[in-house]
Amino acid sequence: MTKQYDAIIIGAGHNGLTCAAYLAKAGKKVVVLEARDTVGGMASTSEFAPGFKVSNGAQYATMLNTQVMRDLGISLEYAAKDLPTVVINPDGNNLRMSGDTVSGNLSDSDKAQFSEFKAHTRKFAKVLSGALKVRPPKVVEGDWHDKINLMKLGLKMRLLGTDDMRDLMRIATINLYDVLNERFDNGQLKAAMSLDGIYGNHLAPRSPNTVLNYLYRRTGDLHGFNDPALVKGGMGKVGEAFAEAAKKAGVEIRTGAKVASINVHAEVASGVTLENGDVIEAKAIVSGADPKTTFQKLVGARNIEAGFVRRIRNFRAKGNVAKLQVALKDLPKFAGVDAKDAGGRLVITGDMDYVERAFNHAKYGEYSEKPVLDINIPSVHDDSLAPAGKHVMTVLVQYAPYELRAGWDENKETFKSIVMDLIETHAPGFKDLVEHSELLTPADLEAEFGVHGGHWHHGELTLNQFLMTRPVPTATQYSTPVDNLYLASAGTHPGGGVSGLCGHNAAKQILRTKGV
Amino acid sequence: MLDLNTVREQDLIVEPTHFTERLKPYAKTNDWFNWKGYMACNTFECEGKEYAAIRSGTGVFDICPMSKYDITGPDAMEYLNRIMTRDIAKLNVDRVTYVIWCDDNGYIQDDGTLFRLSENHYRLCSYEHAMDWLMNCAEGFDVEIKDTTRDIAALAVQGPTSFGVLEAMGLEGLENLKPFGIMRVPFKSGEIMISRTGFTGDLGYELWTTPDLAGDMFDELFEAGRLRALKPMGAIALDLARIEAGFVQAGVDFLTSEHVIRTGRQRTPLELDMEWLVDFNKPLFNGRKALLKQKEEGPRYRFVKLDVEGNKPAHNSFIFNKGKQVGTVTSAAWCPTAKTNVAFAMLEWPYGRDTDNLEAEIYFQRELGWTKVMAKCKPMKGPAFDPARKRATPPSRI
Repeated sequence: MTKQYDAIIIGAGHNGLTCAAYLAKAGKKVVVLEARDTVGGMASTSEFAPGFKVSNGAQYATMLNTQVMRDLGISLEYAAKDLPTVVINPDGNNLRMSGDTVSGNLSDSDKAQFSEFKAHTRKFAKVLSGALKVRPPKVVEGDWHDKINLMKLGLKMRLLGTDDMRDLMRIATINLYDVLNERFDNGQLKAAMSLDGIYGNHLAPRSPNTVLNYLYRRTGDLHGFNDPALVKGGMGKVGEAFAEAAKKAGVEIRTGAKVASINVHAEVASGVTLENGDVIEAKAIVSGADPKTTFQKLVGARNIEAGFVRRIRNFRAKGNVAKLQVALKDLPKFAGVDAKDAGGRLVITGDMDYVERAFNHAKYGEYSEKPVLDINIPSVHDDSLAPAGKHVMTVLVQYAPYELRAGWDENKETFKSIVMDLIETHAPGFKDLVEHSELLTPADLEAEFGVHGGHWHHGELTLNQFLMTRPVPTATQYSTPVDNLYLASAGTHPGGGVSGLCGHNAAKQILRTKGV
Repeated sequence: MLDLNTVREQDLIVEPTHFTERLKPYAKTNDWFNWKGYMACNTFECEGKEYAAIRSGTGVFDICPMSKYDITGPDAMEYLNRIMTRDIAKLNVDRVTYVIWCDDNGYIQDDGTLFRLSENHYRLCSYEHAMDWLMNCAEGFDVEIKDTTRDIAALAVQGPTSFGVLEAMGLEGLENLKPFGIMRVPFKSGEIMISRTGFTGDLGYELWTTPDLAGDMFDELFEAGRLRALKPMGAIALDLARIEAGFVQAGVDFLTSEHVIRTGRQRTPLELDMEWLVDFNKPLFNGRKALLKQKEEGPRYRFVKLDVEGNKPAHNSFIFNKGKQVGTVTSAAWCPTAKTNVAFAMLEWPYGRDTDNLEAEIYFQRELGWTKVMAKCKPMKGPAFDPARKRATPPSRI
């Protein structure tokens, strides 16, 4: 069946749905084609054991953009907001971070610096945030629109005042290890803070770009996510809410409709061919798939010019985070964690050197022998996720490189037991409570969600893959070297995280384009 | 002939070729230079005599240093078609074609010759080392790319007596070989591949064989050429011949795009008068989109071959149009056979549009006495030298 649409959106991830909704609200006829049977992409809830449900992609809501939510009329029910972060230890000598305060066995100076640092970096996040919600400006061939956006960014930096502007420029390109060492003493505090600068990326505290990622995460603070939140029913509800909003705007959503190829001739896209052979045509083809999947698999390297093929090949997108999900008979007891924090974000990490050493393994294609864990038991706040009296646990595990040199098939179980043992040392008796458990490596995330490398952000969020160079030069501002083919995924500006901004910016830009 | 182990042991930066030992006795001026890592001669004895050999006898040029890549596999044709601006599907087996290729911006990366040796086997000869780019282009194609520069011993045999020389050497069947054709003849324990190609704009051939036969091929060629004015020629004589024949030289008349540092110093085929090498009917090749855009918007430069008044070569001259500086000369020579003072010039658009009033500002000196002349220039329609013998099949047996 051949049908004419204004736009085809490939993938019902939250960015694809956002883009679709904005296009439909502007009067366009839009269809979203989703390979899986559910919507939401990595904003997903899955029942991994009978009666046990878990967010199997993104774990927390940390970035949802209020303007996008308002525009699309989306309101979410949260099971919990402002989850505290507790750095847990076997002896119960824990640190607790909540909002801009930290408590535990640390110096007054550290406590004061913590509040000061969060406020300080939030000022920078505000500057950055302005640049995230608009298309990335082209510096050389940009039009007046780009010049205004650049000027706004410059002006906002200038308005920080001399000292802060200087500090932003000083720290923006360096690493969190140095910056945190300048201010803090407590090793575990620094390590726990550094996690906000490395998540999902091939980075550790000493890597450049960790300050950038930290600031990027802080932009979520401006939308009410100073601390992470849990969506009732899991992140899949976010996907469903975006899908509802899109449908309400008039978008047609087809699930189980896997796109086999984007049809391109003479560098002009005309439509897509589904796996079942159906050809669907449209004026604009918008890919919500990551850039590597879009060009290497759907367009095909042979159908585009070689320089661009090389750029896409060199786009860095190899995931580093595994996800452990556990069905539990009862709530495990972590030393020093009281009932009100049991559903919080429980972090197992040593100092920043511990994190850095965990990362060393990943550099050489090995999993961390002593990984960094981010544990959450969402069923504490949300009884819809587990049978009565029982619980589910999800754990973000760093580092688990996508390309494990020794092979994931052979080593997944070993790595899983390392993680389980590590949890056991912090919560004795934990393993006896386990009804079912599974570890999703980046390779599994790739297979499940169709995202290259199982990368959270569709590609490393680093300065060379940021703003006008995300994903790559010549594919900036959501267009590509292929006419009528646009990108709207986390692989574009501003990047990963469930915010909706990539889809929002892409839609605005597509609507500016003639002929769509 | 070239013992690679010995060469590696010596840890040389510039290596001898398969013919260096044979050529040494002829290199009376000992004037060697570094051609992409191999020894090559500027002159053997006297560039004038070597040029005369090309136009009146036979000049032999060692092309072992030229970069050579063998591309094989079921996707070889489609792979090359995405790289080259020409339609490679039109190149038949045992034929050769001149090619250029561009980057995504439409800037010329390099030029060279492409040989189709069999259905799925091509050989690309390039000016630059091309392995990196060829590998970069291979994603998605079932091809194998091999640098065969070292594995092939090759000589260019160019000039009006070249056919007679090769026939006297015992290479049979050459009379039917058309320009840009390829044939193979048995030689000793192997064979010589002969292509009717060259860089002199004259009757001429290139002989390709395996290194083990290089010495024998050289000896028999020079023996056959004794009475036919055969000489080794150096790069200076060849440069004069190519200017006379109207051939542009990479690295001289244009810079290869990956070696340009300054913005805007690259050139597109449209700016080098090479649109005839670009097949826009092909749905895809590197640079197509950028070139279509430039075709619409107009090029920044225009490349012209000029007939310059007088006999003073316009080396490095500025070109003026009614007193306004509009361009520069990239190659220039007084061409003895064509009796033409040739200059290749790059004119800036839009001034280059009007070519009726061009003048070259030529500086020259006689015993430290400098003189400047403003020489009128006329654009040439074709090459200064374009003899019928270049195309004659069968060629003359002189």
